[in-house]
Order: sequence, then C-alpha cells, then structure tokens
Amino acid sequence: MEQVQPTTNSRVQRFFDSDIWYSFARNPVAIISAIVTIGMILAAAFAPLIAPHDPFDLAAIDIMDSSMPPVWDAYGDPRFILGTDDQGRGILSTILYGARISLIVGFSSVVFSMIVGITLGLISGYAGGRTDAFIMRIADIQLSFPAILIALLIDGVARGIVPKELHTDISIYVLIFAIGISGWVQYARTVRGSTLVEKNKEYVQAARVIGIRPFTILRRHILPNVMGPVMVIATIHLAIAIITEATLSFLGVGVPPTTPSLGTLIRIGNEYLFSGDWWITIFPGATLVILVLAVNLLGDWMRDALNPKLR
Amino acid sequence: MDLLNINNLRIEFPSRHGTVVAVDDVSLTVQPGEVLGVVGESGAGKSTIGNAVIGLLEPPGEMTEGHVLLKSEQIDTLSPEAKRKIRGRRIGMIFQDPLTSLDPLQTIEQQLVETIDLHLKLGEKKSQERAVDLLRQVGIPDPEHRIKNYPHQFSGGMRQRVVIALALCAEPEVIIADEPTTALDVSIQAQILELMRRLCKDKQVGMIIITHDMGVIADITDRVAVMYRGKVVEEGTTAKILGDPDHPYTQSLISAVPRPDIRLKRFPMVNYIEEEGERTKDIDLSTHWLGRHRDYDAVDGPLLSLKNLVMTFVTKPALLKSNRVTFNAVDDVSFDINEGEVFGLVGESGSGKSTVARMVCSLYKPAAGAVNFAGTDLTRIKSENERDFFRRQMQMIFQDPFSSLNGRMRVMDIIAEPIRFHRLASSNQEVEQIVNDLLDHVGLGAQASVRFPHEFSGGQRQRISIARALATRPRFLICDEPTSALDVSIQAQILNLLKDLQEELGLTMLFISHDLPVIRQMCDRVGVMKTGKLVEVSATEDLFEKPTAAYTRELLDLMPRLDKLSHEGLEVEQG
Repeated sequence: MEQVQPTTNSRVQRFFDSDIWYSFARNPVAIISAIVTIGMILAAAFAPLIAPHDPFDLAAIDIMDSSMPPVWDAYGDPRFILGTDDQGRGILSTILYGARISLIVGFSSVVFSMIVGITLGLISGYAGGRTDAFIMRIADIQLSFPAILIALLIDGVARGIVPKELHTDISIYVLIFAIGISGWVQYARTVRGSTLVEKNKEYVQAARVIGIRPFTILRRHILPNVMGPVMVIATIHLAIAIITEATLSFLGVGVPPTTPSLGTLIRIGNEYLFSGDWWITIFPGATLVILVLAVNLLGDWMRDALNPKLR
Repeated sequence: MDLLNINNLRIEFPSRHGTVVAVDDVSLTVQPGEVLGVVGESGAGKSTIGNAVIGLLEPPGEMTEGHVLLKSEQIDTLSPEAKRKIRGRRIGMIFQDPLTSLDPLQTIEQQLVETIDLHLKLGEKKSQERAVDLLRQVGIPDPEHRIKNYPHQFSGGMRQRVVIALALCAEPEVIIADEPTTALDVSIQAQILELMRRLCKDKQVGMIIITHDMGVIADITDRVAVMYRGKVVEEGTTAKILGDPDHPYTQSLISAVPRPDIRLKRFPMVNYIEEEGERTKDIDLSTHWLGRHRDYDAVDGPLLSLKNLVMTFVTKPALLKSNRVTFNAVDDVSFDINEGEVFGLVGESGSGKSTVARMVCSLYKPAAGAVNFAGTDLTRIKSENERDFFRRQMQMIFQDPFSSLNGRMRVMDIIAEPIRFHRLASSNQEVEQIVNDLLDHVGLGAQASVRFPHEFSGGQRQRISIARALATRPRFLICDEPTSALDVSIQAQILNLLKDLQEELGLTMLFISHDLPVIRQMCDRVGVMKTGKLVEVSATEDLFEKPTAAYTRELLDLMPRLDKLSHEGLEVEQG
C-alpha cells in the first residue's frame, strides 16, 4: 500500500492538499462557524467604515435620540436600525465598536496566555526535576481558584495601586493582563505533557548528540512539534476570554462605559430591561452568543480534525 | 476437503487518494495439522488477509471479491453475530503483542474460564479444570496457583503462552497467528514457536502464521506463501521456497536475509522493492569536503576505551538517598575499540547495550567509570564548548527512522544543522553544496533536500539519518539498532551502505544489535552483554565458531536455523 504524494513546494498548495482542509471542506458546521467568525472579525475591524455613527464622538450623540426602539417598532427611527441606548448611541454602531474591543481584549489575552503558558510548559517539561515541580505546583494552586476570581483579584489590585486618573487609560491593559494570567495553566500543562513525549524522541537526542544547546532545541525542535494541541486550546480559549471580558465588564470592573465592549453594553441594557427597553441588552447579548458559539464550534472541529484517534 | 479455503480474495480500502487494493486475487488453503506461513514485507497485505478471515476487517476496508470457506461452509457472508460465534470457537487468534491482548484487570483464570464457558458451555467447575489443563499444556509451571495471577505477574514469554492457551480454549479448528513472536526476545521466540508447532500437530489444528521473519518461517512452517504488494507471488513447501525459490522477489528477499553461518561481502540483488539508490557522481574523497581537513590527530592505542563503566537508574525516587531504590543498567563494562574497527555489541532487550552507547556520546552521564576517547576522558569535560570538539568526531545513527527526524524541518535543514552549528562551512552556498553531495553519497539524490521527512519511506529516512550523522565528518559512528525497524530487504541495503561508507571513510563504528546474524555480517569484534554485564569479547569469527561464555552459546543455539536457505549468487567473504 504505497501512498502517492505529489511533491509540491508551494505552501498554499500543500494547505489545500492537506487532511485539515479536506476535513474542513466536508464539515458544514465548521464552514459556517468559520464564515461567521471571520465576518464578525472583519465587521469589528472595519467598524469606523461601516458603522452608521461614531458612538464615541460626543458631538454626534444627541440625548434626544435616547432609548429609541428598533426600526420595525412604531416609534423606531430609520437612522437607528437596532434602536438607541440611554445616551442616544445607535445600538448597531455600539455593537460594532463593542465587538472590536471584545475581540482585541480576547485575542490579546489569548496571545499573552500562550506566551506565558508555552514558555513555562516547555521549561517545565524539558528541565524536569525541581523546576518542573515548582512550576506545576504554582499551576495547581492557580487551578484551585476559578479563573474569574483571579481576574477580579488582579483587576482590583491594579486599581488599588494605579492613580485614579489613569484608570480609564490603562483599564484595557489591566483587563488583558488579568484574563491572560488567569488562562496560562492550560497551555503550560498541555505543552509540558507534549514536551515530555517529544524530548525522549530520537530527533531530540540526535540534536543533543550534535551539541545543540537546550534553548535552541526547545525553540527549533520541540516548539513546532507541540503547537498542534496548543492551537486547539487557543481557539477554545478565545471564546472563554471573550466571555470573561464580558463578565468582568458586566460586573463593572472591565472597560469604562465611554468605550463600551459587548459586556458593558449588556450591563447598561440590563438596567433598562424592566422599563421595557429590551433592545439595549438583547442585541449585544445575541452578538456575544453568536460570536462565542462560532469560535467554540470552530475549536471543536479543529480538535477533532487534529486528533488522529477520532479521525 | 480443505480445512480452510480462501478463494480469489480481493480487499479494497477506498480513500480520498483513490482505492488501495490491499489484497489482490489471493487463494490459500490450510489442511488439518498444517502450518502455513504467509511472509512478506510491511504493506504487503498479509495481516489484512488474517483480519478478513476472522471477519475483523477494519473499516473502510471491504472484501470486494472472493470467499472464505471453513470446512466447505462459506463464512464471509455470515451475519456479524454468526461471525462472532465462529471467532474463538472455531477460529482462534494469537496477536503480536502479549502485553495488550490480555485484560490487565482480570486474572488469567477469569479470562480463560469466561472464554471456555462461553464457547463450550461446560459449567464453571469443568471450565476451571480445563483452564488449568490448558495452562499445563502450554508449559506454564505450577498452573493451579499461577492461574490466580494477573497478566502483569507473568513475563512476556509466559504471557504469550497464556494468549496461546486462550486461543486454544474452545478447541478451534484453525488458528491465525499474526506476528506471534515479533515482540519477544530470541530465546523466548524459539520456545514459543516450538510450542505452537507441537500443539498444532497434536491437536490437528490448521495454523496460518503471518510474519515478516524468514527465521520464523524456516523454524515452524510446512508450506509458505510469499506476498508482494497484495499478491501471492509464490507458494510451495518451505524447503522449496527457502532452498530453491523461483520468483525473483522471493530470491531477492532470501538473499537479503542476514546469514548466521557465513559472512558476505555485500548483500546481492536486494533492490526489488525500493530502488537502491544510485550515486550520480563519484566524489574524490582526497579533495572533497567530506574527506578533507579532518583536524584530529591519529591516536596511539585504542580510539575509544571504556573503563569500568557503571550506569545507575533510580527506580523509586526519594528525598533521602538511603530510601532510593536503584538498579545498575550497566555494571562494570570495559572494552576498547581500535581505529578503523567495527565493534559489535549484542544482547537481549534490557541488557544495557543502548545505555552504553548513550554514555559514550554523553547523552547519559555515567555513575562511575571513564569514557576515554582519543586519549581524553569525556566524563571529566566540564565546558560545553570543549565538548563540542569531541561531539564533532562522534555521531550516532538511531533505531527508529520515524522518530529520529524532526518532521517539521526540510531535509536540507536537518542535514545542514550540524554543519551550521559546528561552523564547518564558510558560506550558505557551501553548506547547500555539501548537503546535496551528502544526499547523493547516501543514495538519495539532491532533489530530496527540499522535501519533508514524511515524504520518504523508512529506508530512505534512515539514509537521511546517516547523511546527518556524516555531516560533522565524524571518525567514530555509533549505530544503535540501525536496521531493526526496517524490512529485511531495506535492512540489506542500509547495511550495504554502512559497509561502503565505513570502508571509504575509514570510520570506526560501535554497532549495536540484538540480531546475531546482522552482527556477523557487520562486525570485526563483538561484545556480548547480559543484564548490564559484558560476558564475552572476541573476534566475530571466533565468537560464532567457538564461543567461550555459556550465555553466548545459548544465544547462538537459539538463532533460527537458516541452513535450508539458498546460497545461489552469494559472495562469501573469507575471514
């Protein structure tokens, strides 16, 4: 049973020939969630171009427009398709800008988690012994707290030590740091496990016989071979990070109301829910659900596609 | 009437790259009391036949043509439920790995009694008696007590005996054994094969043995079918196939089997499966990079000298030294290797031979003793930079070609890595030129350099591995079971290549193998290891003709008898 493998050197060609692409092209759920995710990312990225209004431009907001229902309601206004919030900002525009902040915070904290987690995981797995025990006990301790609690703690501490007038400017960085730190353990554990397997493989021993130093072995040989599971975790973690950001913002410790994220919008809308202004909270909420669902389904598919046992 | 009749069997595996025909128009018969061997190299489709007969074909594989008759009754068209009843009851199975074919959570008794009761409906008491009786038949001492044990309390060979007892439980008419001894050491292999043959004759059971090993075929089978790419190319009595094969594939397969009795100059005509690489250009080693500036001095005395080497592993770690449980994987090993010599190290699994190799190339730090290389004790070197000078002179070829190459790197970068690390070339162009020449020199061709390891077969990967080892221009090469993961014809090619390179470059080699015939073909002197100790060191011919240690004699006696094999076209080296 020989396999005929055409030799192609173009990366693009190899991608379209790969099993991953084959699995993707035959999985409608994966295709739809990929389209939704990419669509939302593009919409958020180009928000200044496609949003009907700039919700951050105080001059363009008129308090007289506040709390308008969506356009299909009798009292709706064609300028505001999904209605307006309590300050007269168009809901559609705030969702586009809000998703932008949610995604920036989500992506940045995932990248931050990955850097911390992968580095510590590689060191832990390769060094072994006391270094390994030390790093893994810290991970265990952190795992015994809910992630949201750690994020809240870091957020609170940061607010305590930073002067009040700087809060608005740095709040987004604090948020990224808080969510990022609360998620590194997953990466560290996965990478440590894979590193333990990889470091005993003969290609690593061959590199050691050549004389390659540990740092280079980790970077050049082990890192590329442990990235598969990491990408799966990262996708699922992105959904969690977006939710965590929304939760923190909902609790009022996230981004300031002047630059609202999806979570902030849901919180603002929540106060008006009982006065009948449902649209302020439902539309951002629905956006959040769809975004997180799409990213999660994409992560699920990727996990199955990359797992040889389930194939 | 044939006991088992496989007729025009065709098995296809549809896949996205097109349908793979794993088995093509295969017809085989087995008579009661007969052992039929099915031999072939990996991918020949021999295991697929076995799976199809017992109705355990893995999806998406399907039987598209042919039928299987058990005592004239067609069994391939039966319902899954009816097939399940035949499995174990009328057709027994023995698989390769005795570790995984027994349930670790149940005692041997539970597994045997359950199977016997299920098939023969004897009731618990009778079943128990029969289980003890079976264990006695397969040679397990003290079966009344041992039957209460769990699988992990048995050694590998004993466990395979239990698996055989399990296969015999319901007095099957046919037994299919898929590589039954591949996972076992030679000493145990011989006993198990003997047992299987005896049981087969006594009970008039028909047996199909699926194997890649000509030694197993020679030891146990009555008739042999040789498979090549899904087809049976030749079938006949064992004596005929081994002694006077007709088909060129069979001839090349047999000529590639390493001989325990004679030493060959090279393995002839072994390029049937994988084209043996042709070098496209000859390199003048006196001027080429590969032969040039070897800046090491000639040594007086041996190049490598091991003195009282000890390696200790901790089996039970503890904070206090006194509580730790340790064992000596290598215990007081000393030997010398002279420049230009090929030194073999042979022993069964767990004898510590690989550990010695890893201490020589500084992957492990010895607990005691000295590794003197070219007059310097490597265990005393403190700085990494100082050690690099010796690393360059000493390289290693590993056992498993599928894990010894980083799958994320192109072949060019894999082979260039040691050259770049040790700064052995002045420019990038020169590095590329050297890598291409090296690839050509190991018979791969320069166009291999832009490809990734997964695009190559096992034998080709081992060539890449050899090219990487040569890239530092070493004078000492450690080969740790370099061919034990390869098919026999590929093994012959790789051994030929190593022989050629050793001669051309005047390499000194430490050659590790569990396979005595391979050792005989490759080595000038041999050391025999047993449980961490060196029991004998002698010149190869002396070792095979007049061994001194009792353990060596034992190993030699257990080698499969291959004296029936054809000698045609072989060039014997006079030692």
